[in-house]
Amino acid sequence: MSFLNKLNKYESFDFKEYFNNVNDEMIFASIEKKELNQFDFLNLLSPKAKNHLEKIAQKAHEVTVANFGYTISLYLPIYVSNYCSSDCLYCGFSKKNKIHRKKLTLEEVEIEAREIAKTGIKHILFLTGESRKITPLEYLCDVTKILKKYFSLVAIEVYPMSKEDYEVLFEAGVDGLTVYQEVYDKTLYHSVHVSGEKTNYEYRLDTPERGAKAGFRNINIGALFGIGDIQKEAFFSGLHAKYLSDKYLECELGLSIPRINDAEGDFKPNGILDDTSFVQIMCAYRLFLPRAEINISTRENSQFRDNLLNICATKFSAGSKTEVGGYTKAKTEPQFEISDKRESEEVIQRIQDLGYEPVYKNWESI
Amino acid sequence: MLKIGDKEFSSRLLSGTGKFRDKNDIKGMLERCGSQIITIALRRVNLENPQDNILNYIPKNITLLPNTSGARNAKEAVRIANIARESGCGNFIKIEVIHDAKYLMPDNEETVKATEILAKDGFTVLPYISPDIVTCKKLEDAGASAVMPLGSPIGSNAGLQTKHLIEMIINNSFVPVIVDAGIGLPSHAVQAMEMGADGVLINTAIATAQNPALAAHAFALAIKAGRMAYLAKIEKQKSYANASSPLTGFLNL
Repeated sequence: MSFLNKLNKYESFDFKEYFNNVNDEMIFASIEKKELNQFDFLNLLSPKAKNHLEKIAQKAHEVTVANFGYTISLYLPIYVSNYCSSDCLYCGFSKKNKIHRKKLTLEEVEIEAREIAKTGIKHILFLTGESRKITPLEYLCDVTKILKKYFSLVAIEVYPMSKEDYEVLFEAGVDGLTVYQEVYDKTLYHSVHVSGEKTNYEYRLDTPERGAKAGFRNINIGALFGIGDIQKEAFFSGLHAKYLSDKYLECELGLSIPRINDAEGDFKPNGILDDTSFVQIMCAYRLFLPRAEINISTRENSQFRDNLLNICATKFSAGSKTEVGGYTKAKTEPQFEISDKRESEEVIQRIQDLGYEPVYKNWESI
Repeated sequence: MLKIGDKEFSSRLLSGTGKFRDKNDIKGMLERCGSQIITIALRRVNLENPQDNILNYIPKNITLLPNTSGARNAKEAVRIANIARESGCGNFIKIEVIHDAKYLMPDNEETVKATEILAKDGFTVLPYISPDIVTCKKLEDAGASAVMPLGSPIGSNAGLQTKHLIEMIINNSFVPVIVDAGIGLPSHAVQAMEMGADGVLINTAIATAQNPALAAHAFALAIKAGRMAYLAKIEKQKSYANASSPLTGFLNL
């Protein structure tokens, strides 16, 4: 069974009607529950739950401290290529965009890795545009082997692959997989993914599951907010993570909450995710999935990130560069604009000042 | 004295290094509560970065109990145990094989396998398990130096939800029984010690308290009180009254 079967069950579900029937008592009951079902999750995502956001945030904080303590995991992204064979309306790497294209040579990967390692952070996420031709499996394996010399945990965010290819990467040393569905609404999915491999909705939807089957220990998923209906997209993201964590008990699930901001490219977002809704979604994720990592990237500004740390974030990037070769000699355009431009030391100092323990290393290469 | 492997300890409180706001709090916590054994996740040991390296925050007179947190099967646990020994963490190893990232429940079957391999290899093995007496007997045979059944899931602070199962283990064990996980309050720790547990491991409740050192002290006192009560053989509450006309009086016993 695929997550698609679960998703399809909601095809005729009337979210509007459901939200109309949600009342304060239902929201309070859902906050207090130990194990939330999908309707509790919906109650917390409902427009009415915004009136009780402080209460929800307090509980989310309490659950986070019980599960993670006063700690925050650190990681850094490394962009090794921005070639892409798909045309996606919202993305800076889209093949239609006339940007400077670059793929790092293995020597350049090593130079970047050495530079990033100076921060002391031992977790790395390496990213490419989605081009199987320019960045084939062998190249990804070679990059992994170099990164493993400098980092104890290596995760990938590349084009979706088969379980067999993921197994090869797992053997090469990849520990984790990040893949975003971007938008769970099928019609909208097809309208923003114009051409290329990424147009295959179902293949993408099953990608995290193939990764879990291949043995990756961390799986990170999420919707890109600004394309579909906010509540529905958050609901399906949470449901997807729950499905994976129920089925693959051994996997550590993580959720990101990327959002398109107004200033980005030519793409006109379908409704901006505002800060209040962002916090609401984050807290609902936490209460629905108490042990899920919640990852906040430098897409968000420093002040907002510092505030989220106190609620229920568990994973931060710090001092990220989103250009190919960005840590040493960037020439390319970034995939997205960074809002939190602080260097990693500054972020780490701030984490400590706020009374949290920055975690540089939380895995050992074995 | 609590004897584990070839070492003896006067304190029956085992502590942990996870979840603290500040690694610098660990030293004060240890001084205040007198704990002599502390568990550390090998995955958090960072030899390359002295400032981040958890080992640099633990006084030298404390016995390290590295754990295999992150291992999903026996093979990974054995690998991590060996890295721990090579990193200078000593011979003690707490086996944590977790195949469930949701509740963090241990995999008893894989834990038995790892115990057998590591005990043969000269480790002092303390396996963390779901409280199951049959598993405990297998662990004794495999060479475990203690068993560590859980009181309730890690981080839950829910107390001794597995009381009856742990009681069975305590009453039949040939190795020390250390209750690990879920102990959220000193009153939970007292309960475990009154039952005859040999020790209690507490991490989350101490690390996430507003004042970790004070919390650790409270747990240490509770563990001492529980131990004394156990040794004093305080009469348990009776659910029946002393019969005024005995049923077996005619036997002239």
